[in-house]
Amino acid sequence: MATVIIILVKGLILAVILLSVFGVMTLTERKVLGRFQFRPGPNRVGPGGSLQFVADGLKLLLKEEIIPNGADRFVYLLAPVISLVAALFAFAVIPWGPPVHLFGQTVPMEIGGPNVGILFLFAITSLGVYGLILGGWSSHNKYSLLGGLRSSAQIISYELAMGLSVTGVLIAAGSADLNNIVSAQTNLWFIVPQILGFVIYVICMVAETNRAPFDLPEAENELVAGYHTEYSGMKWAMFMMAEYVNMVTVASLATTLFLGGWHGPWLPPEIWFVIKVALFMFFFIWLRATLPRLRYDRLMAFGWKVLLPVALLNTLATAVWVAVAR
Amino acid sequence: MLSSVVFWLAAALAIAGAGGVLLARNPVHSALSLVVNLASLGVLFLLLHAEFLAVVEILVYAGAVMVLFLFVVTLLMAGTKAPKDEHRLRLAYQFLLAVLFGLILLVLVAHVMLGADWISNLAGPNAGSFGTIAAFGKALFTQYLLPFELTAVVLLVAVIGVIVLGREHGANR
Amino acid sequence: MPISYYLILSALLFALGTVGVLIRRNPLQMFMSVELMWNAVNLSFVAFARQYLNMAGHVFVFLVITVAAAEVAIGLAIIVLVFRNREHADVDELSVMKG
Repeated sequence: MATVIIILVKGLILAVILLSVFGVMTLTERKVLGRFQFRPGPNRVGPGGSLQFVADGLKLLLKEEIIPNGADRFVYLLAPVISLVAALFAFAVIPWGPPVHLFGQTVPMEIGGPNVGILFLFAITSLGVYGLILGGWSSHNKYSLLGGLRSSAQIISYELAMGLSVTGVLIAAGSADLNNIVSAQTNLWFIVPQILGFVIYVICMVAETNRAPFDLPEAENELVAGYHTEYSGMKWAMFMMAEYVNMVTVASLATTLFLGGWHGPWLPPEIWFVIKVALFMFFFIWLRATLPRLRYDRLMAFGWKVLLPVALLNTLATAVWVAVAR
Repeated sequence: MLSSVVFWLAAALAIAGAGGVLLARNPVHSALSLVVNLASLGVLFLLLHAEFLAVVEILVYAGAVMVLFLFVVTLLMAGTKAPKDEHRLRLAYQFLLAVLFGLILLVLVAHVMLGADWISNLAGPNAGSFGTIAAFGKALFTQYLLPFELTAVVLLVAVIGVIVLGREHGANR
Repeated sequence: MPISYYLILSALLFALGTVGVLIRRNPLQMFMSVELMWNAVNLSFVAFARQYLNMAGHVFVFLVITVAAAEVAIGLAIIVLVFRNREHADVDELSVMKG
């Protein structure tokens, strides 16, 4: 019984943390983007605009809930929930610190550490696609339908390259358990031997989370946005929360796989983990401020004809290297 | 205790999902019910200590195969209507027959599965590495290497087949 | 949980899949019912593997899933080809040999 309670408490804490990160990130993103573009960014609500995300949240809560005519009501309401739940659930296996000793028990930081760890994470994130495709379909709008298919095709395509780029790390660490992968990086972070895998992973993680320059679902000016065109209020906010939580998840996974997880000198391990994830989050904003959006055919060609073969080669090279080294 | 609660929940969801596939009028709802069914099968696999297979079931079936189904249902079936309702009566009579045959099949299969004397109702204690990725990989890449290589050929054939099927249509236009 | 519970569940799901193939006339829903049958069989494989603590059952399920994925790709391509230019997605309409 005690284990069940511990898991529930950890889940609750993690969900609260992730959702508050969403609030803070929206503000940070707008502020930093403002700096990039030589403007102050939001500065009216609270000191220096610091309460802007509270105002945004209130606005979204108080908006009228609209369900389009002819929409499939049940699926329409279900789609954002699927997106958000999949995003939150995926974080459960990320070890964001060494186990702590509490009330005479050793409590690992992650909610569950199955020995298929990373595969579990990929399985859950692959369920997030349903949110997009169902949201697009149930809106009863051809732009939404096409947008939903467009972004789900993008996510499925880049998922392949992402999975293959991670395979190199799995071979090098000799385990799929995220805790073992972290402890395999005590001396040398995998970013050094697996630099190619790291580059592919970073490109794929940006595409997976629908962020610039791969943010076709948000191309409201040329493509009439996408799966969430017909969504408003809290339902739209849930899609956005899912996007930001996914960003945190892929950034945490990148940290765990390539940057040594919570390893680091002097500071407490949890702080190290947060610092590394924050670096990735800044990188996301930086990309958005710098790069123009890709055209859809180029995006697909890049994923299938460049990333996938290179990732495959990287896997092969790592396998040969490990086999020879042993 | 806990595991039997999980078993009954997952079993109920699996049956409900299967029923949804059969009864939903809209193919999208059928597909969603099938996803529920697959997810609860994943949970059952976990209860049977098949960790790797549970994840593969979700990753491949729910994450890829069913998304393919949804693609076809939502995009290519958007123009086609549901089957006509004019044979309603014939369908009702088909329905009764189908349920009857289904029941007979259920009794037969259950009888064969449970009647055989090689069934013992006690699952032995779990051996350390059973069901882990390591044990699975060892079995797949040593004892069952040939079938594994053959599935690669099957997949290749499928890929080529789909390309040919897709292309022929374009050439005829 | 005794293994026989899993086996009964598997038989039930298999029978439901069969009924689905028999009563549905939308080709996609028939196809989904076939998937239901594949997975019912997978469940019994995993249950037997657990009973005998033998990984062969797991390997077999893995192969089944792979073949099922290939089958879905081909099957969906055929369904799309056949029903693309038809008004109703109904297998009963496929009674003539003309395309």
